[in-house]
Amino acid sequence: MKQNSPVIELTNITKSFGENTILKNLNLSISDGEFVTLLGPSGCGKTTILRLIAGFEQPDEGRILLAGSDITDQPSNKRHVNTVFQSYALFPHMTVFENVAFGLNMDKMSKSEIKAQVNDALRMVKMSDYADRKPSQLSGGQQQRVAIARAVVKKPRILLLDEPLSALDFKLRKQMQVELKQLQRRLGITFIFVTHDQEEALSMSDRVIVMEEGVIQQSGTPKQVYEQPANLFVARFVGEINVLDTVVEKHTDNGFACKIEGFSCEIHSKKRPAEGSKVSILLRPEDLRVEELAKAEKPEAGSIFGRVEETTYKGATLESIIVLPSGKKLLASEFFDEEYEEFDYKLGQDVAISWVDGWEVVLVNE
Amino acid sequence: MNRFFKSMYMLMVYLFLYIPVIILVINSFNSSKYMTGWKGFTLDWYSKLASNTMLLDAAINSFTVAFLSASAATVLGTLTAVTLYRYSFFGKKLLYALVYVVIMSPDIVMGISLLVLFASIKIELGFWTLLVSHITFSIPFVVVTVYSRLSGFDKNVIEAAKDLGADEMRIFKSVILPMSLPAVAAGWLLSFTLSLDDVIVSFFVTGPGYEVLPLRIFSMVRLGVKPEINALCAIILLFSLVMVMTSQFLMRERK
Ligand SMILES: Nc1ncnc2c1ncn2[C@@H]1O[C@H](COP(=O)(O)OP(=O)(O)OP(=O)(O)O)[C@@H](O)[C@H]1O
Ligand SMILES: [Mg+2]
Repeated sequence: MKQNSPVIELTNITKSFGENTILKNLNLSISDGEFVTLLGPSGCGKTTILRLIAGFEQPDEGRILLAGSDITDQPSNKRHVNTVFQSYALFPHMTVFENVAFGLNMDKMSKSEIKAQVNDALRMVKMSDYADRKPSQLSGGQQQRVAIARAVVKKPRILLLDEPLSALDFKLRKQMQVELKQLQRRLGITFIFVTHDQEEALSMSDRVIVMEEGVIQQSGTPKQVYEQPANLFVARFVGEINVLDTVVEKHTDNGFACKIEGFSCEIHSKKRPAEGSKVSILLRPEDLRVEELAKAEKPEAGSIFGRVEETTYKGATLESIIVLPSGKKLLASEFFDEEYEEFDYKLGQDVAISWVDGWEVVLVNE
Repeated sequence: MNRFFKSMYMLMVYLFLYIPVIILVINSFNSSKYMTGWKGFTLDWYSKLASNTMLLDAAINSFTVAFLSASAATVLGTLTAVTLYRYSFFGKKLLYALVYVVIMSPDIVMGISLLVLFASIKIELGFWTLLVSHITFSIPFVVVTVYSRLSGFDKNVIEAAKDLGADEMRIFKSVILPMSLPAVAAGWLLSFTLSLDDVIVSFFVTGPGYEVLPLRIFSMVRLGVKPEINALCAIILLFSLVMVMTSQFLMRERK
């Protein structure tokens, strides 16, 4: 739906602070109206990318194009890009109204026009009743809304949000996630959102960009990033995952045969790595099916079995750690079933493990 | 027991601090000329003071210099602090260290070096030399006061202003100045007080044509303390109390 022309393009960007090269030859292109999230561990350069786009930092090499025109050398007060800071960065000596009006005053707009637009913006973030308050008289969530209103009232081409929700408590964060997403849809402005929180990234974005040490590891829809991770880093960073290393033994009709932790298995996969190549089989905890085995029962040939070592009650799900005979531990996460309300495993219970064919991800290791 | 000693201790300290001042104020209303004992209440010394034109002229001179030097030092010091905070340039750390050197250096060194300077460029000692000297020793105090306030700012606030379209001038006028105003005001009051009670530097750099209050009092008490001086000191005390309260009020109001 949103395959418009790119609104922002970063080409061959390199950025160092002293000896440390933070971004190496980075290329990034974002379409108009997209909600893009930068996701990655602390220190991987997410904030640096935003600061380059906003104009607070200059790249050592590479160009930045906004809607086709080169803005690399433009100062930040001339760029049609606005930022919502993690610390909100409201002007403490101004009222809420004055804070939101600040950017419009810079545009030399008429008083009545400013008043109308500020009131609209405050209504949009549900802060009309607080127009005369000082930032110090507002809660964290309210300050956050003002910071958003102050930025969007400028009608930027791109809104940059650097971990805007990380200072809020869990409930408020959930609520603000929904509100931000709705706001973005309504305004049609491109959002570049930074977060540590993979769940937040998956639930809000059109596209997630996973980074590690200044390098983009994968860029795709939340579904792609979660279900088809491009590599082990992405797989491990986005959600919990079980990684099983193995070697392709021989090709079969539907995939290939291999030994997983000593159990012979057939993997159904379109990918058929060469026989003898090392592969990792990735399984999300919620894709594992766990079945209790009676004491004397012999596990079916070809299935994997182990013993429940620990269970953790997580509200809607039950997480269990299952130890395989080889010592490998697997994490399984199962929804409580309406019919078996009492379901829980006894520690030490023998279980068989299976999964729906084709739900596993196969990564070929170099 | 322990508490008793604690409060006794505090009482002693405060008595030690305030007894001289209290005696001075009491004596300014004492009709005994030699301050040997209470001889009854009088306002004579205050009316005598009002007719002592030499003392009053010196007082007017002192307040003029204090006001002008504090104002000039505040402008120059604030701009220096903002420059040190906002921009990075070669030698910035050294410059900031040099500010402290002036604060730490003894008045006598300051006074003599200024005297040598004025003598070598052959300027007549008087109002202008005094004013320049007072501006000089006040600037560092303003720089330090304002700079410490600025470094407490969230740097993002200034970036936010820029992000919203403000140029350097607007950032200074609409964000930096209003946010550092309490420190600027405190810097002014500090400079004013420093100038008003400076004896040593003034002794070297002012001429006979322009006498300031501390020096005038200094030369008067060499012939014994006159009761008018008690009255004058009581007035100055009241004045500084008002100043201290104003600065406290300003700092609180803005937080
Ligand atoms: N002004 C600077 N001077 C020197 N090093 C810096 C500067 N800004 C950032 N860095 C370094 O660049 C690296 C990337 O920083 P950046 O702030 O972009 O990380 P981040 O991905 O936003 O991390 P976080 O999730 O913790 O906010 C870090 O190692 C940081 O120490
Ligand atoms: Mg960051």
